[in-house]
Amino acid sequence: MGKIVVEVKGLIKDFPIADRLFRALKGITINIAEGEFMGIVGPSGSGKTTLLNIIGGLDSPTEGTVSVLGLSLIGKSNKELADLRKNGIGFIFQGYNLLPVYTVYENVEFPLLLLNVDSNKRDKMVREAIEWVDLSDKIKSKPAQLSGGESQRVAIARSIVKRPPLVIADELTANLDAKNSHRIMKILLGLNKEIGTTFIFATHDEKVMGYLSRIISIVDGKIESDKFFDRNELREKV
Amino acid sequence: MMIFRLAIKNLLGAGMRTWLNVVVTSFSFTIIIFFNAMYNGMRQDTLRILLDTEVAGGQLWHPEYDPFDPLTIEDSHSIISEELQKMVAGNEAMPVLVRQATFYMNGRSSVGLMKGIPPGQEIVRMPLKVIGDYSGDYIPVVIGSGMSKKTGLRKGDLFTVRWLDALRTYDADEFEVAEVIKLDNYRLDRGVIWLSLEKMRELLQMPGEVTYIVLKRDHAFNNQADSFIYKDIEYFMKDIDSAIEADQVWARTIFGLLLIMASLGIFNSQVLSIFRRKKEIGTLMALGMTRQRIVRLFTLEGGLHSVLALFVGALYGTPLFYYLATRGITIPYGEEAGIISTGSLYPVFGPQLIFGTMLLVAGVVTVVSFLPARKIANMQPTEALRGKIS
Ligand SMILES: Nc1ncnc2c1ncn2[C@@H]1O[C@H](COP(=O)(O)OP(=O)(O)O)[C@@H](O)[C@H]1O
Ligand SMILES: [Mg+2]
Repeated sequence: MGKIVVEVKGLIKDFPIADRLFRALKGITINIAEGEFMGIVGPSGSGKTTLLNIIGGLDSPTEGTVSVLGLSLIGKSNKELADLRKNGIGFIFQGYNLLPVYTVYENVEFPLLLLNVDSNKRDKMVREAIEWVDLSDKIKSKPAQLSGGESQRVAIARSIVKRPPLVIADELTANLDAKNSHRIMKILLGLNKEIGTTFIFATHDEKVMGYLSRIISIVDGKIESDKFFDRNELREKV
Repeated sequence: MMIFRLAIKNLLGAGMRTWLNVVVTSFSFTIIIFFNAMYNGMRQDTLRILLDTEVAGGQLWHPEYDPFDPLTIEDSHSIISEELQKMVAGNEAMPVLVRQATFYMNGRSSVGLMKGIPPGQEIVRMPLKVIGDYSGDYIPVVIGSGMSKKTGLRKGDLFTVRWLDALRTYDADEFEVAEVIKLDNYRLDRGVIWLSLEKMRELLQMPGEVTYIVLKRDHAFNNQADSFIYKDIEYFMKDIDSAIEADQVWARTIFGLLLIMASLGIFNSQVLSIFRRKKEIGTLMALGMTRQRIVRLFTLEGGLHSVLALFVGALYGTPLFYYLATRGITIPYGEEAGIISTGSLYPVFGPQLIFGTMLLVAGVVTVVSFLPARKIANMQPTEALRGKIS
């Protein structure tokens, strides 16, 4: 196994509900290595999103330690966490979360603007990312003019355009049909193969699971199993 | 620069709502500018008329003279210094003699002022040449159109005037209105009859006496030691300035209301936009924007209403203001209004006024945009991403 990208140890997350605390994560320990194409699976409400949010620095743990891309997230300021996301993590959401006033091009360009990439280099990177997701003909479209599958492909281009070491994708196929789901997973697997990005999915979609080379299943905030799969045949094809 | 682009796109993307706010905000711009331009115009009009008709290069008053206290007028006259006499002889200064008098006309009497000046003077616009040319049997006077309207006296009418002369004995004589002239300055019109200085001195038995002196514009007089007291144009403008100041109280109330209206619209839009775009805010956080930067983005978005309002306001305001500033606005002043005016107002739009108003509106709009946006700083990314009401 290569370098560890995500290291979670004894992670506990409590949410205040009414006058008591609800424990959503009950001691999670995971290591994820560079280049993994893995997923957290489990039924709805099992704690997948909570775990991904904490790994992405969007939420903080109640107990335990989390370190992402070599940075311990415990006690970090909002600014430091924002910088980690800006520099190192791409997000893909279930609802695509594109900026509605921006075109496809501008949506994909946005992370590079945040990183102050100079314009020539930026344009090349944006066009390349849009090519990866096969949307070069939709460059000037607005999100409202795109189908769900196309929107999610834009979101993928946006997450990958800055070539982050880590991409986190939460239920990315939940709003898509089978055909689009497969298409998207193939794109992502191809990117994983080509540029070595580490992918962490949260899903309860069987179609997605079929692409993952490691599946950690959690139930009720606890890890139930952690299994590896050989996807070499699939990887050859993409 | 990047958040500027996003802000302007978001703002324009909001369509109708943005333009409504922009138009309302543009009213604040244009109305505030217009009102202030009117005040500027009014002040300049007054200033010009005062300089033209009354003050010229400033006045020198007999130490006892107080135009607001008729009782002092009896004693506020004397013979002027040699230096001033020389100036009068050289047409550098104009002597004026003032005396209270009672006018009897159409069976009624009223108290007013006689003012004597040299009919041929050219220091102020007070054309008494007709008096010099008069060949009738009475004492010729000139009155203003306001006085004529009020008393019913017309050109050629006769009336009796009674006064107290230097020896404190009453005397009276028959006067004739030689001319009615339009005086834009009510202070020279209301209750005043104008006659030749020499004639008046003769009637009052006050040879060489003067109540005040009007200096020629750009005069060289600089004798602080003279017993006559110097009053400059600022002194005369004080009344007008405080009248404008008083008038501006209600104008400011209107400005305040306009700004509040614009602010409410923008504030409301901001609240709505932050509420509706919570998920977008969460996304921006996930993409690595700091909350402070997102607060700035939304503040800028709101603040940009004022920039758009400036353009929209300029669009309809420029031709309108240009028209008004060249054509003027006719304002039927009542004689009672106590305003010194030609009756035609030319609003004056200075750069200071325009920039000042821009800063005011932009400042207010930015503050009301910031207030709701501030809330973003306390938003948790996960909460924002859920996009639901907190
Ligand atoms: N902010 C929150 N406040 C209270 N409870 C929460 C909050 N976020 C998640 N939960 C609870 O934690 C549990 C796990 O949620 P989540 O991580 O979203 O599950 P999953 O993504 O696997 O469906 C659920 O029971 C959910 O109701
Ligand atoms: Mg979830």
